[in-house]
Amino acid sequence: MTATLEERPAAEANVGGAAMIDRAEGWRRRGPLLPALIFTIIVTQIPFILTLYYSLQSWNLVRPGSQEFVWFSNYGDVFADSQFRTVALNTVIMTLGSVLIAVVLGLLLALLLNRQFVGRGVVRTLLITPFLITPVAAALLWKTVLLDPTLGLINFVLSPFGLSGTEWISQYPLASVMAALIWQWTPFMMLLLLAGLQSMPTDQLEAARVDGASAWSTFRELTLPHLRRFIELGVVLGTIYLVNIFDQVYMMTQGGPGVASANLPFYIYQRAFLGFDIGQSAAMGVVVVILTLIAANFALRLIFKSFSGEQEAA
Amino acid sequence: MAVTTSTPPDTQEPAAPPEPRRQKRSAANVWLGVIAWVVGIAFFFPVFWMVLTSFKQETDAYTTTPKIIFEPTLEQYEGVFAAGVGPYVVNSVIATVFSTLFVLVLGIPAAFAVSLRPVKKTQDVLFFFISTKMLPVVAVIVPIYVVVNQIGMLDNIWTLVVLYTGMNLPIAVWMMRSFFLEVPGELLEQASIDGAPLWRTLREIVLPIISPGIFATALICVIFAWNEFFFAVNLTAANAGTMPVFLVGFITSEGLYWAQLSAAATLAALPVVIAGWVAQNKLVQGLSFGAVK
Amino acid sequence: MRGAARRRGRGRTPAVLGAVLASLALLAGCSGAGALGAAEGVETVTVAIVSNPQMEDAISLAPQFEAENPGIRLRFVSLSENEARAKITASVATGGGEFDIVMISNYETPQWAQNGWLTNLEPYMAATPGYDRNDFIPTVRDSLSYQGAMYSVPFYGESSFLMYRKDLFEQAGIQMPAQPTWPQIAQIAAQLDQGQGQRRGICLRGKPGWGEVMAPLDTVINTFGGRWYDPQWRAQLTSPEVKQAVQFYVDLVREHGEPGASQAGFSECATQFGQGEVAMWYDATSAAGTVEDPEESTVAGRIGYAPAPVVATPSSGWLYTWSLGIPQTSPRKDAAWRFMSWMTSKEYIQRAGRDPSIGWTSVPPGSRQSTYQIPEYQQVAGQYAPLILDGLQRANPQQPTVQPVPYQGVQFVRIPEFQDLGTRTSQQVSAAIAGQISVDEALEQSQNYAETVGESYQR
Repeated sequence: MTATLEERPAAEANVGGAAMIDRAEGWRRRGPLLPALIFTIIVTQIPFILTLYYSLQSWNLVRPGSQEFVWFSNYGDVFADSQFRTVALNTVIMTLGSVLIAVVLGLLLALLLNRQFVGRGVVRTLLITPFLITPVAAALLWKTVLLDPTLGLINFVLSPFGLSGTEWISQYPLASVMAALIWQWTPFMMLLLLAGLQSMPTDQLEAARVDGASAWSTFRELTLPHLRRFIELGVVLGTIYLVNIFDQVYMMTQGGPGVASANLPFYIYQRAFLGFDIGQSAAMGVVVVILTLIAANFALRLIFKSFSGEQEAA
Repeated sequence: MAVTTSTPPDTQEPAAPPEPRRQKRSAANVWLGVIAWVVGIAFFFPVFWMVLTSFKQETDAYTTTPKIIFEPTLEQYEGVFAAGVGPYVVNSVIATVFSTLFVLVLGIPAAFAVSLRPVKKTQDVLFFFISTKMLPVVAVIVPIYVVVNQIGMLDNIWTLVVLYTGMNLPIAVWMMRSFFLEVPGELLEQASIDGAPLWRTLREIVLPIISPGIFATALICVIFAWNEFFFAVNLTAANAGTMPVFLVGFITSEGLYWAQLSAAATLAALPVVIAGWVAQNKLVQGLSFGAVK
Repeated sequence: MRGAARRRGRGRTPAVLGAVLASLALLAGCSGAGALGAAEGVETVTVAIVSNPQMEDAISLAPQFEAENPGIRLRFVSLSENEARAKITASVATGGGEFDIVMISNYETPQWAQNGWLTNLEPYMAATPGYDRNDFIPTVRDSLSYQGAMYSVPFYGESSFLMYRKDLFEQAGIQMPAQPTWPQIAQIAAQLDQGQGQRRGICLRGKPGWGEVMAPLDTVINTFGGRWYDPQWRAQLTSPEVKQAVQFYVDLVREHGEPGASQAGFSECATQFGQGEVAMWYDATSAAGTVEDPEESTVAGRIGYAPAPVVATPSSGWLYTWSLGIPQTSPRKDAAWRFMSWMTSKEYIQRAGRDPSIGWTSVPPGSRQSTYQIPEYQQVAGQYAPLILDGLQRANPQQPTVQPVPYQGVQFVRIPEFQDLGTRTSQQVSAAIAGQISVDEALEQSQNYAETVGESYQR
């Protein structure tokens, strides 16, 4: 932490300089940003504007001639849909639950791997593999090889304990999907936190040890504060990806039974590609975007402050 | 060797702590090493099993008591190749390589601009980039489909290249920005005084310093682009399908073929797994967002 | 030094960039044209197909077609049922034009024909000597027609029937009635059920999806006298008949059904029945090919077949067919028809039956009456083939249940909204099978959905 903070003044001096430069210089500095910015606006914002437009229409793709302007009635239907609320709650549980468990497991694994032992490189290689596996393949793996009630490995392993016959995917659908997600994302968190651990200044740890500090207090007072930004980063990145997760739900449970394991992306997909109700699915999409942006605005600003270390006033 | 934290191998042996404590610690270390191995194997086992199953006959693949000993066969792989995996691999490679290149071409200058040469509202720009990642893609798939259809680009691999570039660009800008922040300010001041054009500053001073970070960013982009399924399944048909789409095509609605499915899944996952294994050190470095020197 | 390096750098960068752009343009040009390496005068026909075993067989035989028709090259897009349906519908409805041939069913064909999205195939059939349109099974043919003209041609057709293990019935001294009723089947299922972790009584689908659990369940609802709508489009899902039927189905599968029932669809049941883990299975007639294949099934040769069980209707089998149609947008209709007519011809059946890697058990059934006259087919499929033909001929999409209905279809309601309505309802039923909600709760929720849809037809 200190190492990076010490460099900050140099960067800020730069910021101060930027305030005084003239208009042309400003464009010269902004220039490199523009291609990426324009590209992102075209690719992400134009479809979204169209979504906004569709959300005000009653339009079923498979009933030609059904397209008409209905103002906000689609939004009324969305808020009246009790399943939509269930699914929104599922999304929160699935996202936050998976991210938090993956971070905790990832931290434990990172601490384990931050020690010397025989074959450490091999163990790390084994551990990162789930993150690299194609999600579609990973979901199939969980659904068939691991969780199948009669032929799955998990029930086979549990059978000596008299626990066989559990129908994981029907009885615990949300947990099953989350297990697959956690399996894939724990390695990511572990890698991130391992990098954090390895960036710790060793002299501090040495000093703490010479002072006779216990392992726990060293961990709590030095390691954890140092890891804080890495943990925050892991939570942000994990949340960004997991809130939009589709492949696992689609491949493992199709959102069922009922909507027990459906998340918002899957639910909207069903309205759009099963019901072909373009207006309603667009309205759901807009509601989700607004909700996510409110939550993200709050969370991201908070984390940006601590992560970038920049003060906006500067 | 340091015990509580790993240090680069060339680090000096720290002052030895009192002997008994050291022994206790190393005993604990052995145990923790064993635990690490067990956990590592547990995490890897499903993948191992998938690869193993891919060498089985279908009848060996579905048994209530899992079979470890069986007569291995390449039949399933032959089946996958006979089903014409070739074009899908080519498409995946094109989508992955070109989208990653475009991300770098667009992202490096952008990350440079928002880090070393902050403009007003830098925070807002960054926030905008990252917020685009929060848009649920399902919410925009229908308009994208309609637009792509109207410009005649359905089932065209370059559509996926463009979309994957858009998908990975925000994260890449964000990641690379933190690498740029590691470049000492004086170096740049020096370059500015020389009156060097921007791209030259970038190329000759900054890029060498952050190249590990760029490599790691590229690797992340490769992983996400190779594995992407949603756009691929909805926007491609005969010409532009990628590996995940090929894999899903193997799930037949009438009759399960685990062994063949495992072979297809293994092939789909293999390139990225190997790339990740080979480059795992860079990945760690990259994920630390420049904090590791 | 530095200056030189810079100059060199400056010179190289645009050159590299130029090379990259040039190769990009080249690649884009190639793939933009769509057919890499297509020769002069060769048409590439793109076929969207559902990845069922019979379709995979057809793909494996397609090179023979290409050899006989050098002017046509085929590209297949093979997807599992749900993806295929979503993709094909989106493409055809928006005029996407990615496909020259689409695999659809008797659910889509009449609706899409009415929307003007499909090509009328009558002129093509008339111009194809020996194609013999009248050989198609009449109910199947009618289900693919709009205003008397066929808009898609059947590749295979299926009804539903009951499969059971003859050996187990013999051991237990049970006789399968010639026309079983559902209460009889429930009783037999209880008798043959060995309890959890062992062989169960019956496999019934429970997986959400209008083409999964809803297909067999709809036939049960119909034969119990239930219906989706009355002639005024008032939703009927909370009527006593529907409640009784769904309660029966859910109880049967929960008490004596397969493990993991709420996730079990056709494939899962095929595996369970084929591995001898259930004693009976009520499902599509196309299952016979799978469970009688000794390579995939341990119970081949020990299976008996009975018509779909009934309660208040004389018969209860469904009617479903996977068929091929040409979207209006296709610019290659003649080439498309050449392949379609090849794949749905009498000769194709012969070709598949004689092919050593396919064989007579796996020829596409239920499309042509002449298939049932082929001696080789009668020999391998004599056990169940007459039952399939009979089931298909007796299926009655116009009048699926006891009381009149305003819609057509046995195991579906042939309106565009049904995919969504049926799926939502199936999710509720699946949740009831999983024990998460009661049948009454499931049906009340479903009734709400059905009412919303019904209202748009009352106007």
